[in-house]
Amino acid sequence: MIVDQAPYSLRQALKTGLTVGIPVIFLLGLFVVPVVNILSRGLQVGGELDLSPVIDVIKSESLRKIIAFTFIQATISTLLTVIVGIPGAYVLYRYRFTGRGLVRALVTVPFVLPTMVVASAFLALGVKTSFGAILVAHIFFNYAVVVRTVGGLWAHLDHRTEIAAQVLGASKIKTFIHITLPALRPAILAAGAICFLFTFTSFGIILILGGPSRATLETEIYRQTAQLLDFKTAAGLSVVQLIAVTGVLLITSRLITRQNIALGLVPADRTPRVRTRQQRLLLLSNLSFMALLLGLPMATLVIRSFSTPTGFGLAYYRALGTLRADSVLFVPPVEAIKNSIVIAVISAVIAVTVGGLAAHAIIRYGQALNTALTIPLGVSAVTVGFGFLITFDTAPFNFRSSWLLLPFAHALIAIPFVVRAITPILSSIDPRLREAAKTLGANPLQVWREVDLPISARAYLVGAGFAIAISLGEFGATAFLARPDHPTLPVVIARLLSQPGELNFGAALAASSVLMVLVAGAIFAIERARVGSVGTF
Amino acid sequence: MDPVLSVQGVTVRFGDHLALDQADLSLAANETLAVLGPSGSGKSTLLRAIAGLEPLAAGRIESLGVDLAPFPTHRRELGLMFQDATLFPHRDVLGNVMFGLIMKGEKRENSIRRAQAALELVGMEKFADRSVSDLSGGEAQRVALARALAPEPKLLMLDEPFGALDRPRREELNEELRSLCQRLPTAVLLVTHDHTEAFALGDRVMVLREGKVEQTATPTDLWRNPASPFVAEFLGWNVTHDAQGRVTAIRPDSITLTCELATDQERATVVARTFRKNHWRIRVETASQQILEVEIANSNSERTLGVDGEGLAIGQSVGVAIDPGAAISFPELPLKP
Repeated sequence: MIVDQAPYSLRQALKTGLTVGIPVIFLLGLFVVPVVNILSRGLQVGGELDLSPVIDVIKSESLRKIIAFTFIQATISTLLTVIVGIPGAYVLYRYRFTGRGLVRALVTVPFVLPTMVVASAFLALGVKTSFGAILVAHIFFNYAVVVRTVGGLWAHLDHRTEIAAQVLGASKIKTFIHITLPALRPAILAAGAICFLFTFTSFGIILILGGPSRATLETEIYRQTAQLLDFKTAAGLSVVQLIAVTGVLLITSRLITRQNIALGLVPADRTPRVRTRQQRLLLLSNLSFMALLLGLPMATLVIRSFSTPTGFGLAYYRALGTLRADSVLFVPPVEAIKNSIVIAVISAVIAVTVGGLAAHAIIRYGQALNTALTIPLGVSAVTVGFGFLITFDTAPFNFRSSWLLLPFAHALIAIPFVVRAITPILSSIDPRLREAAKTLGANPLQVWREVDLPISARAYLVGAGFAIAISLGEFGATAFLARPDHPTLPVVIARLLSQPGELNFGAALAASSVLMVLVAGAIFAIERARVGSVGTF
Repeated sequence: MDPVLSVQGVTVRFGDHLALDQADLSLAANETLAVLGPSGSGKSTLLRAIAGLEPLAAGRIESLGVDLAPFPTHRRELGLMFQDATLFPHRDVLGNVMFGLIMKGEKRENSIRRAQAALELVGMEKFADRSVSDLSGGEAQRVALARALAPEPKLLMLDEPFGALDRPRREELNEELRSLCQRLPTAVLLVTHDHTEAFALGDRVMVLREGKVEQTATPTDLWRNPASPFVAEFLGWNVTHDAQGRVTAIRPDSITLTCELATDQERATVVARTFRKNHWRIRVETASQQILEVEIANSNSERTLGVDGEGLAIGQSVGVAIDPGAAISFPELPLKP
């Protein structure tokens, strides 16, 4: 790591305070304190720390089964996603073909769709609750994580090392195993870790597609907290979840750091056009797979949203504009669209500001902050949501009734993605560019404005796009925090889905389609901004 | 008048490693000092310390009698140019050259005018609105030089300025740089590992070894009188140790090879030979198992020495004669640590 030490300690201290301090305060105030607050409800007896709920969880056979099932489904989901994602990354980032940009964008849409929408899409397809349904839905969700992360690195690998291996007598398969795969390992590990976190804490999909018999830690925490009000057991489960998630993150971050040898990356402009029969076959089979796995559920959802009992029409969409007398909602769903957009923009501003500072700090002071900022991704949204409710309920932090709590909660989830978008670009900037600017008379702020910002502007946009998309789709924490008269789109969808009746289901599909269009719009904007940049996920 | 740059006892530490150890130097206006040394000798660290990019563990850096310590890099008003041009990729050629002027608060029209003048100095005025990614290596270095010169710094520092270029391009640019240095009132501090380049550009040459200043002298002085075995060996002299531990340095162009062995001559065997345009470089191993590098001028070799580099075969026996005026004996010093 290059530590560029300026000899002016005060300025340095200020910079450190800003880049490290703000993300740390953000994380402490919006994650650590709320989570500790909720956990202490279950783990404190008369002011003393009492870890017996954790032991009770481990002793209970039914809960042990739940823990085992959580691990098994997350591991299998992750492995399957990585296996199908690698060829997808290859064709989308190593081949050039007409419409590639569009396919890359469409592939990303499922990742930011709310679980509610995904689950309803699968239900609309006629999928029955089963273990298989969970796995397929998880692949649907996380396919883009693998494709974009692995593809992002793959596009920049120096192809000549593969040629060198083949000249030395390695077959194509051996070249892939001995040269390409090891080079891709950091990206595969990073993508695998994110997939594991998401599937380990997956909520909506397990709840809707798993059926009552298939509980995971996440759904069980929800049941214990929200339905049984058993904070002790919930806290015990949360601690187990927290330990597992932190462990996975630490292991992968260590593996990735150790792997992070200089790869000799090159600009991504030398991808060949598809020429041979074999390449066309590979491309076609992958595109068909994507169409089947990703396209079909989304298309079904959209088509069903137009299929009213009286034929093809806009009835379900019209229902979004009105508030019916028998409705479970307090405002017309159209209001929710507006709320969602406003909240998404605010959370993007917060996430880019804090994430940008954090990216600078991570480059300077190492990966620990990155790991810390990623942990919220793997902690139950239920825990965070409830923690928020408890923490921000008492003076002087009485924000519970304020909708401003939502963008902060969303930013917390989006920050790891913002950091991942910005860090690679920032660390790829030759430190001597900054030094050249300094010797030419630029003060530290001018150096940032004239060198860092213009070079990484695209990455900031990418991060903002992800933050918007994530905020639009976030459900877990929002479900607890959104006020009934100020709902977001996913909350409205969930409420509509929970009610019987053809019109409610249809309106949910229509709202889901609107959400999908919003998210796709954000991703298209990202895709346009991504041209030529080096950012991975 | 106070020197443009005065470095006194400057020490830079990287952890336990002393990158610079009590370095001293002084540089007058209109003077070019070439800092010469192998990689890892602390040359670049010296430039970075002067620029304020490395904190000093000890010592003092002054410019025109003013201590630079309280001035951060951006207020030192220096020009610094790296081996690879480090042009700002998001600015065009003119935008790069204007940068320092804009940072100084210069008005836009003024900046453009002065940036164009700087581009003219390096012969790049036709490239003003080009993107920097379209430039060849040599063109990029010219632009980087213009960028460093545009704010008219009192001191221009060049870190291996043309080291990444091919030889003809490097020689061409060195030639231009020398005439530029002579015309401009700027003091120049140049860092290089190539003694030909240091001799060609420097009014004086300073040799660095493991962070310590080994010798500072004019090029001719340095070539004739290296102050230590290290300097002699670095410049390509033959440095030999005898059984008593005495060290002798012999200039490679002061050795004569003969085909017939005279009585006062030592016998040697030709080990290797390389053709170098105007001379042959012959490596011989003497009877006392010393390896000597010998340069034989090409034009008159046959006439004066009776030996032609081309006529020498590997394994051939020759007589060795050394001009005593071109050999220096050093007291018993360890050659290498």
